[in-house]
Amino acid sequence: MTSETDRHTSVSVALVGSGGAGVLTAGQLLLQAAARVGLFGLLTRCVGPQIRGGESAALLRLAGAPVHCMGDSFDAVLALDWNNAERFASEIPLRSDSVVISDAGNGKIPDAMLAAHPVMVELPIAATAAAADGGRGNMVALGILSAMLELPAATVQAVIATALADKGAAAVSAGVASVELGRGLADQAGLRLPVHRDVETNPLRWLLTGNEAAGLGALRGGVRFVAAYPITPATEILEWLAPNLQKIGATLVQAEDELASINMCIGASYAGVPALTATSGPGFSLMLEGLGLAVAAEVPLVVIDVMRGGPSTGIPTKSEQTDLNAAVYGMHGEAPHLVLAPTSIADALFTTQWAVHLAESMQTPAIVLSDQAIGQTTAIINPPANVKFFAERAVMRLPQTDYTRYAITADGVSPVTLPGTPGGQYTADGLEHSPRGTPSSRGEDHALQLDKRLRKIASFNYGVHWADVEGDGAMAVITWGSTTGAVREAVRRLRATGRSVRLIALRLLYPAQPRQMAAALSGVTCAVIVEQSHSGQFHRYLRAHYDLPPEVRLIARPGPLVLRPGELAQRIGNRSQ
Amino acid sequence: MESPATCPAAKAGDFKSDVKPVWCPGCGDYHVLLSLTKALAALGLRPEQVVVVSGIGCSSRIPAYTNCYGFHGIHGRALPLATGVKVARPELTVICAGGDGDGFSIGGNHFLHACRRNVDLTYIVMDNEVYGMTKGQPSPTTDPCWDSALSPGGTGMSPFHPLVIALASGANFIARAFAGDPNVTAKMIADAITHPGFSFVQILSPCVTFRPDQKGWKDRVRQAPVSETDDPGRAARRLMTDDGFVCGVLYRGHREPYRHMVQTGARGPATDLVETGFRVGS
Repeated sequence: MTSETDRHTSVSVALVGSGGAGVLTAGQLLLQAAARVGLFGLLTRCVGPQIRGGESAALLRLAGAPVHCMGDSFDAVLALDWNNAERFASEIPLRSDSVVISDAGNGKIPDAMLAAHPVMVELPIAATAAAADGGRGNMVALGILSAMLELPAATVQAVIATALADKGAAAVSAGVASVELGRGLADQAGLRLPVHRDVETNPLRWLLTGNEAAGLGALRGGVRFVAAYPITPATEILEWLAPNLQKIGATLVQAEDELASINMCIGASYAGVPALTATSGPGFSLMLEGLGLAVAAEVPLVVIDVMRGGPSTGIPTKSEQTDLNAAVYGMHGEAPHLVLAPTSIADALFTTQWAVHLAESMQTPAIVLSDQAIGQTTAIINPPANVKFFAERAVMRLPQTDYTRYAITADGVSPVTLPGTPGGQYTADGLEHSPRGTPSSRGEDHALQLDKRLRKIASFNYGVHWADVEGDGAMAVITWGSTTGAVREAVRRLRATGRSVRLIALRLLYPAQPRQMAAALSGVTCAVIVEQSHSGQFHRYLRAHYDLPPEVRLIARPGPLVLRPGELAQRIGNRSQ
Repeated sequence: MESPATCPAAKAGDFKSDVKPVWCPGCGDYHVLLSLTKALAALGLRPEQVVVVSGIGCSSRIPAYTNCYGFHGIHGRALPLATGVKVARPELTVICAGGDGDGFSIGGNHFLHACRRNVDLTYIVMDNEVYGMTKGQPSPTTDPCWDSALSPGGTGMSPFHPLVIALASGANFIARAFAGDPNVTAKMIADAITHPGFSFVQILSPCVTFRPDQKGWKDRVRQAPVSETDDPGRAARRLMTDDGFVCGVLYRGHREPYRHMVQTGARGPATDLVETGFRVGS
């Protein structure tokens, strides 16, 4: 029941080659061509630790309907060479009917690639490229795969013309020629791997990574100041934001370290400009003291943590959902704040935008826990809805005499003055303070401010966005982050076989929403918790904050291997017998 | 917002708050507070146009003692905090203030990069060569032989030379003042605020509690005997060879200040023009 369903609804292909061979470029162009004809899809990149060179692979899954995770196995692998390809073998599972295309004499095929006894096809890729003027192997490969996938030649040509425009007409025509020769090779060999589509859909698509989606969400939410220190796999958020902030008159400052970037954000936001920074585990650890200051001084800001394998330097290029404890519990003292997580690449836009709105509304920091699988995967998606969440801080423009910055209010939110406003002067402070903002170690002041800071986030109405809740039945699968994609597909496959399974994918992790969860779990007798961790951080978090049904099962695996939908459908399905 | 032009001119006293300082009687920081308020008044600024930003330490308590907007942040991070304020709101006057431990030890890296970045703000370090708030430990500017409970017999570490390092890192204005001379210090702070780019003012501010020997500083300080320079080589030679008590503007550079500021009017949900790159198809 696993790969059968998979095979009928999507096609997965892998392009493998040494760094510099251009397989990542070819994969990107293939995805662009698919987007132009209205397909959906995903592209993940596998690269070794080398800065340049080494082995690389482009993994694609294309479908007629939106896809949210990589498939169970690959229908075709095309290798320009096999140097060091064994490193990726576990990430490219094959079947006996998978097609492995390679160039004769281009290295020894790794044993792992042969284990499933796939169909082996040899094509003269290098010789074909060499025969053409300015021919390139990766463009021949693009031709082969685009013909197999039945993507129109004109579409591929248009994609090449756009992508190589700044390299000149000769480069474009050489690329087009190579692609044509590749298409000829595929036609000659009779290789076909069409993507099934039920109906012609509106061909308007968006093509972007989760990191870019998060960047756009920040701008749509009203972020106009970003402080940045580069770190894998979050750098693309910052690199996308840098020029785009400039286009709208806003700015990005490159900081000397993450201690600086978080504090620059606090300063900018205190001055009235919504601020954001993005980082990953090691940088996030450095930001925790600053986040505590933002809680105490009630300064809104957003930190996106694109999670990678940890602890310490860990596995920088691979996904893991293991910063949850740090995000929820990492600050010293009692520091109520917001923790959110996107449930898909497209949702990285919504969740980041919502996070800006929430942070500004409640004058507190919001942490967005994205992950490498969301951040660095490129997706073809439907154009995202333009939701109305925007930074709206309660600003006092004409303060009364004796302005009270941290006034005790019913909802805990105290209107803030911005520098420049006469009569609104106050000193923001990490020291505990009286309602006026004056440092205080009195128990009464501490209790009042602790209560107010908690009340802000506890009494807020988060509406329906706290989680994606789908389906019904006595079993619920509870998950979060990028793992949601595979779970969503697994649950749909189970439903297709007549079983009823609910999906609960949390978007708001902190503060917990026990009333909403109780409603979502009404009638559920068994919960399966799915997460990409070793110790089950999400499971423990759920246990700490929610009443779970009598039977709870945990499917937890650390990175870097992704959880695949077929495997999940099987393991969840076993529980629902 | 009320236009500054319609307000009566503010006096030094208008820049002082009614919060009672935690400082010891005789602390040099009282004089620095006085100098700062005099400087702001002399420049014709209004308290609401000024943001005073600090980290942690005795001297870092200064924001709440002014009637300006203030931010008392976390240890060592005053400069990034101040950078964020100024880049976000270039029209504000931003003063960053603190001590030698906050600025040169835990915040040392930010000091280097604030000098390099050259954002138009003024950094005042009240240097007393000791951690006072934690009751007397050696700081980066402390003599290596100074005995203390934490480092018995002294640290044995070479003292940090803030002005030399500021020069080498690209600071645009480098000055030294003595807290006990508030009128001269006020002029120097005003000069630093007016000068474009990153201005650094080291103020020798005695700690009478943990470094009673510093009461003798008043007899050692003196104004620089030569005119100020914009030649980094000449400034370097002077700074490397002085005894740490020569006061005055010791370097005045002409480097372009940091320019990537948030523009007024950048607010608002106008993000259409950044989205076109994602669209595929008709």
